[in-house]
Amino acid sequence: MRVLEPIIGLIKGLWVTLRSMFEKPVTTQYPEEKKPVKPRFRGRHVLKRYENGLEKCIGCALCAAACPADAIFVESSENTDEKRFSPGDRYASTYEINMLRCIYCGFCEDACPTEAIVLGDNYELSFSNRRQAIYPKEMLIEPVPVEGKPTPQKTEPGRFTRSVPEMKDPQD
Amino acid sequence: MTKPVTLTIDGQSVTVPFGTLIVDAAKKIGIDIPVFCYHPKMEPAGMCRQCLVEIGRPLIDRATGQPVMEDGQPKVQFGPKLETSCTTPVSEGMVVLTRSDKARAAQKEILEFLLTSHPLDCPVCDKGGECPLQNLTLTYGPSESRFLYDEKHHAEKNVPLGDKIFLDRERCIQCGRCVRFQEQVAGDPVLAFYQRGRSTDIITNSEPPFDSIFSGNTTDICPVGALTTRDFRFGARPWEMKAAASICSLCPVGCNLTFNTRREAGAGGKVVIKRAMPRQNEQVNEIWICDRGRFDWHSMESDDRLSRPLVRKDAKLASASWDKAIDLAGDRLAEAKGKTVVLASGRLSNEDLFNLKQLADGLQAEAILYTSMGGGEWTTTHGVSAGTNFADLGPGTTIIVAAADLYQAAPIWYLRVKQASERGAALVTVGASRLEKYAGRMVLPAKGETAKAVAGLAKDRLITEAENLVILYGSNGLDPKESAALASACAGLLSGRQGKPNNGLIGVWPRANEQAAWELGFRPVENLQTVFDKAAVVYIAGADPIGDGTLRPKSKKPFLIVQELFLTGTAQQADVVLPVQACTERDGSYTSGERRVQRFYPAVPVHGQSKADYAVTALIAAKLGIQVEGRSAGLALERAAAVVPAFAGLSYGRLAEVVEQWPIVGRGDMYYGGTTYENSQGLGVHLGSAENKKA
Repeated sequence: MRVLEPIIGLIKGLWVTLRSMFEKPVTTQYPEEKKPVKPRFRGRHVLKRYENGLEKCIGCALCAAACPADAIFVESSENTDEKRFSPGDRYASTYEINMLRCIYCGFCEDACPTEAIVLGDNYELSFSNRRQAIYPKEMLIEPVPVEGKPTPQKTEPGRFTRSVPEMKDPQD
Repeated sequence: MTKPVTLTIDGQSVTVPFGTLIVDAAKKIGIDIPVFCYHPKMEPAGMCRQCLVEIGRPLIDRATGQPVMEDGQPKVQFGPKLETSCTTPVSEGMVVLTRSDKARAAQKEILEFLLTSHPLDCPVCDKGGECPLQNLTLTYGPSESRFLYDEKHHAEKNVPLGDKIFLDRERCIQCGRCVRFQEQVAGDPVLAFYQRGRSTDIITNSEPPFDSIFSGNTTDICPVGALTTRDFRFGARPWEMKAAASICSLCPVGCNLTFNTRREAGAGGKVVIKRAMPRQNEQVNEIWICDRGRFDWHSMESDDRLSRPLVRKDAKLASASWDKAIDLAGDRLAEAKGKTVVLASGRLSNEDLFNLKQLADGLQAEAILYTSMGGGEWTTTHGVSAGTNFADLGPGTTIIVAAADLYQAAPIWYLRVKQASERGAALVTVGASRLEKYAGRMVLPAKGETAKAVAGLAKDRLITEAENLVILYGSNGLDPKESAALASACAGLLSGRQGKPNNGLIGVWPRANEQAAWELGFRPVENLQTVFDKAAVVYIAGADPIGDGTLRPKSKKPFLIVQELFLTGTAQQADVVLPVQACTERDGSYTSGERRVQRFYPAVPVHGQSKADYAVTALIAAKLGIQVEGRSAGLALERAAAVVPAFAGLSYGRLAEVVEQWPIVGRGDMYYGGTTYENSQGLGVHLGSAENKKA
């Protein structure tokens, strides 16, 4: 019996190996194949636009204030009807997120009064130096929708008179 | 004097002077009653109703006139309705309940009403973060409104009220602080209410609109974001900025400032000044600053600042190292020895001027003050000294303003003189000023006779009978000789009064720190051109005599050393140009026209390779083997305190001392005094006071 014991053990182990050869593989072939993320996944930030192409961000910097990692830097400027970026008085002329500092907690989303900043699905962030980790506004803002025009837009006077656009209760 | 009054507020007993308002009495014992329209610097209006409290008074027996007693205590009778604590003066035995259910409910409801027509655009509002309406709503207000959102009152936004101030009519809660400020404090009643009820608007009735040099202060005291400055519009959120204490360097008043700074992408990530705010000093600028102080700091952040030393090489200025530039300057100064002239202006700080004077003395060089006004020898001997405070001047005081347009030259002094005259001080104006409407006597001398006119006042009852006499003199329309004569005439009126508190001469100097230059021994010369032509080496600090046409462009001689911020007309002709730091980049101290020495602190990083003026002078002095303190501004001032009698006893520690000031501003309770900063960095010390000498 003492002689057989190691052999039985070996066979047992190899049996596991043999059995798993016929199982469905769990490995995803990333990056060729990508798994969808969950609906509330918190990936890389996106700055949203309205359907007409105007930016939702009003440059209030509340995201920066809420950020526990001090990853966000905002500077704002004033909109005019000649050069309009967002519906209100104010837009973010500089908007930067340091992706190395960000802890993807989503407080910025919570703080945003216009639902402009949203943590998206993108988790593929890699940099070869620290400077690259700072994403400027051009990298964060989503593309102009098909029906929309790029910003800055020229708008007719008297159309955008509210400093913060009227908001409905959040959907999700 | 009427007896002090003792009352009870929320169970705490407090004794205050007769006539104190309940809201102030409460503040003194640390009880905050919410207010919007009330401001301790202005008459109460009782407009916003936010300060409603329950007030009980001792019940008086009509037959005997004595308080009715109950269980050995006076019986307190509460009124059926709430009263505004900002308009009700205290009375003996009063019982005030600020946080009773009834008072709480009223305060909450007033806030709910105020918010019915408020746009709640806090995210984009410049006031957001330091807004009394926000703070009070969070502390006392309701969490939800019972009013319909769609019925909100909409009005015009971003109305340019003047070229500096924006009005947002939607945010305005009609407290009238701005209207009352312009009327009562500034004396420029250019704002007014228009229409009534919910349509009440703030309008300006001057042309050009909102024409007042004090307009920026309305944005400080506005308890909402209705009044904001164009300059700071969307500049940064208040919580993102750092605060650095400073002293305004634009006029001899020496207003206490706080610079708010922040990193800016436009400046390549550098820290820059975003705005200048007043810092409380009840003896200098109270809680106000003029619009020049608030907005004109931009001139210091120009792009063409010098960042490296320049040395003339083949008739052209070329960058050089500090060592090389200092070596060259030192060598030429050593060669020239007695034929050197040092020229300085009131831009420099006390430490800079002291070091320059030390160097000039070491070289036996003449130390010349570059100015357009004379008479400083009289302000050093007859100048106001310790214990002098414009706020104490009232009945029995005579103030003479001679040849000075204070409104333009020193706006805060205009404000203080105006207030003193409203309290009962007699005002005599000599020559044109904007103070005519407050003046008890106006003298309009013929050209060249200002000094004579002042001397002619000697027998005047207003002067002979005055308990206190303060004279402000300037150089409006006068040349240096005439202003020196004027100063001498003023000193004549003051003879016998010098050294007494609230008596003395004040020079309305063209530059901030000229008083210190006089105290330290710099003197102007009659003909600068002759002195300049005779000298072998001229060392100019903080002055631009060639650029502004006082001196002709130089030919070969003299060798010119210039210490400057910018490449001025004089610097362009110099042989050595030494870049220096702006006052926002370094520490130091200024002496105001009232001879108060006050400290300023660095706010932004140093530009390029520039060094502080006093340090540059010390480097050159070291080359020449002259002992000059250049390690720090504090040590330089201590050295000055040891050497110069007028500066005796001064030290940076003493300059940084503060005492409790009234009204209490800043801190957590922005709603009381507005966005003025609390002074925790020093109130300054008067020059040459007995107290200094003792120390």
